Amino acid sequence: MTLKRKRSEVLSSGSGYEKYGSTYLIWLVIFFVIPVLVILAYSFLTRDYQGGIILKFSIQGYKDIFNLNYLTVFIRTVIISFISAAICILIAVPVSYYIVYSKFKNFLLLLVIIPFWTNSLIRIYAWIFILGNNGLINQLLLNLGIVNSYVKFIYNNAAVLLILVYTYLPFAILPLFSSIERLEKQLFEAAMDLGCTKRQVFFRVLLPNIKQGIVSAFVFVFIPALGTYAVPELVGGKNSRLIGNEIARQLTIARNWPAAAAISSILLILTIIAVIVFIYGGEKRETR
Amino acid sequence: MPGSSVSIIEVDKYFGDFHVLKNVSLEIEENEFFSLLGPSGCGKTTLLRIIAGLEDVDDGDVLLDDKSILNLPPNKRPVNTIFQNYALFPHLSVYENIAFPLRLKKFSESEIKRRVDWLLNLVRLEEHAQKKPSQLSGGQKQRVSLARALANEPKVLLLDEPVSALDAKLRQELLIELDNLHDRVGITFIYVTHDQAEAISISDHVAVMNSGVVVQYGTPYEVYESPADTFVANFIGESNLMKGDVVEILSDEYIAVEFPSFGKVICYRDKPVKVDDTVLITLRPEKVRIMHNKPTPSDGIPGNVVHGIVDEVIYMGYQTKYFIKTDEGYILKVYKQHVSYLLDERIIKWKDEVFLYWNPDDSFIVEVEEN
Repeated sequence: MTLKRKRSEVLSSGSGYEKYGSTYLIWLVIFFVIPVLVILAYSFLTRDYQGGIILKFSIQGYKDIFNLNYLTVFIRTVIISFISAAICILIAVPVSYYIVYSKFKNFLLLLVIIPFWTNSLIRIYAWIFILGNNGLINQLLLNLGIVNSYVKFIYNNAAVLLILVYTYLPFAILPLFSSIERLEKQLFEAAMDLGCTKRQVFFRVLLPNIKQGIVSAFVFVFIPALGTYAVPELVGGKNSRLIGNEIARQLTIARNWPAAAAISSILLILTIIAVIVFIYGGEKRETR
Repeated sequence: MPGSSVSIIEVDKYFGDFHVLKNVSLEIEENEFFSLLGPSGCGKTTLLRIIAGLEDVDDGDVLLDDKSILNLPPNKRPVNTIFQNYALFPHLSVYENIAFPLRLKKFSESEIKRRVDWLLNLVRLEEHAQKKPSQLSGGQKQRVSLARALANEPKVLLLDEPVSALDAKLRQELLIELDNLHDRVGITFIYVTHDQAEAISISDHVAVMNSGVVVQYGTPYEVYESPADTFVANFIGESNLMKGDVVEILSDEYIAVEFPSFGKVICYRDKPVKVDDTVLITLRPEKVRIMHNKPTPSDGIPGNVVHGIVDEVIYMGYQTKYFIKTDEGYILKVYKQHVSYLLDERIIKWKDEVFLYWNPDDSFIVEVEEN
């Protein structure tokens, strides 16, 4: 009898999840679920021309964004996010591998994390200072006589891509670092011992074993890039506007809150679909 | 699959300032089961990794069938390794792990299947072929890694403490299996271990290493019955090590040694000594016989007789370990094998007065200090 009672006590008092799970749930509902529901609700309400909304059902917000022809912006956003996530992974895989087996592992990890200590806007302005028309590189090129007039490094899609990769690279490095660190080094030695060249070790042993890390890294870059606002606003050109900028414009300049909420809702659904596809796709290959 | 001979020629290896291997030379015969035995940090694993190509040498050469292999990368050497932690590829099934080296060689699917099936049968894992490594027990994982290493038909198989991560019973089973496997595939096995019992039970030859030096090379009998120095005597099996002074040279073969611990005994003279030299004598506990009555020369027993009191009795079923306190207060280990029904005898108990005797040939010199 005593034993049984004790056992049940142990079970109920056991995991932190059971103890604190409800706290997380409340936090999530207040700060995440409710705002998302508010946005969804706004997208089906009527526009107030002063800004704000009138509490009356309408699908004019969705009609507006189709009239405004946002398809190109949506496609551009997805393409730029996809490319920046792909570039981040191409850079992050070798970099993480190097960090895992480096003598200065902790120091290098610190370097990866340091950018988070500074506001991202300041870091974007730092890039403008470097790449701008009167920036460091242009002045150097002009003074050396390599070019006659300044080179237009920023205010185009390439600059948006560059700064996106710069901003989100740590998000790709960290999951890849942890998934590479989990692997025993002996696996690579065994692979070489069994006849692999270095290249084959990479493709046949390293890559398949960090698939989950690659999926996480991709999601961690792709999703925030979909909603990015400041980067194209500051270093983008006429044709670099992304969906985040359109949301801001509808909200502030056009004062069409239902349209802004409608774009946000579509973006949200796109994001959820992307996450499901990546995670489910990764797992399915894992179990085969 | 014929195996290769391996020659290690004056190999030196440093890790930074640490001299891991000091001018190591070894001859490993083709198709033999060879063990590198030594405590952790003695350099045995480094030597194995050098043969595999996973480490470079700072000096010396490694020959396979009289040809140097130092310039070959690991993937070009006809040598495969069993790693201590198995190193199975977690993303591949048992079947695909074993097929891994065959796919690298671009064999046809039917040829791969034929060979993998043969190897699965060899290590008795047919019914586990589709499982992932994470679903296997330690012993099964090690058998997969054996099959995978043999798939390339190597000339030499290197085994780095392959059974040390397993529990005692499984370790015994896998050792016997390894021995059978060696008989079946007939290639050279080089086995690294810190466990002397493993090494002497399955090897044709053993090299005992300590601090980067091969201190003794020989058959298991040789290293057990005639250890080269104190280290080997202590490391392999158990022994009574006693320090005494040579008091008389009896013949070419025997000397009399006076021990402060238990008086004068006759020892085998396997090293040149003279009177007054201090010698370190070893005596294996199982070579000493124990009885209640003092043996007389008419019993036909030559040799040494020592009197003492039983200080500790450790009964183990098949044998009993006695710790005997001699009249001078020294503790001597004596192991008695129970070769007949124990209860018929007068059992030796704690605090009994006993006599120990042994053949002088069994107490011999391991080290000499000249005075």
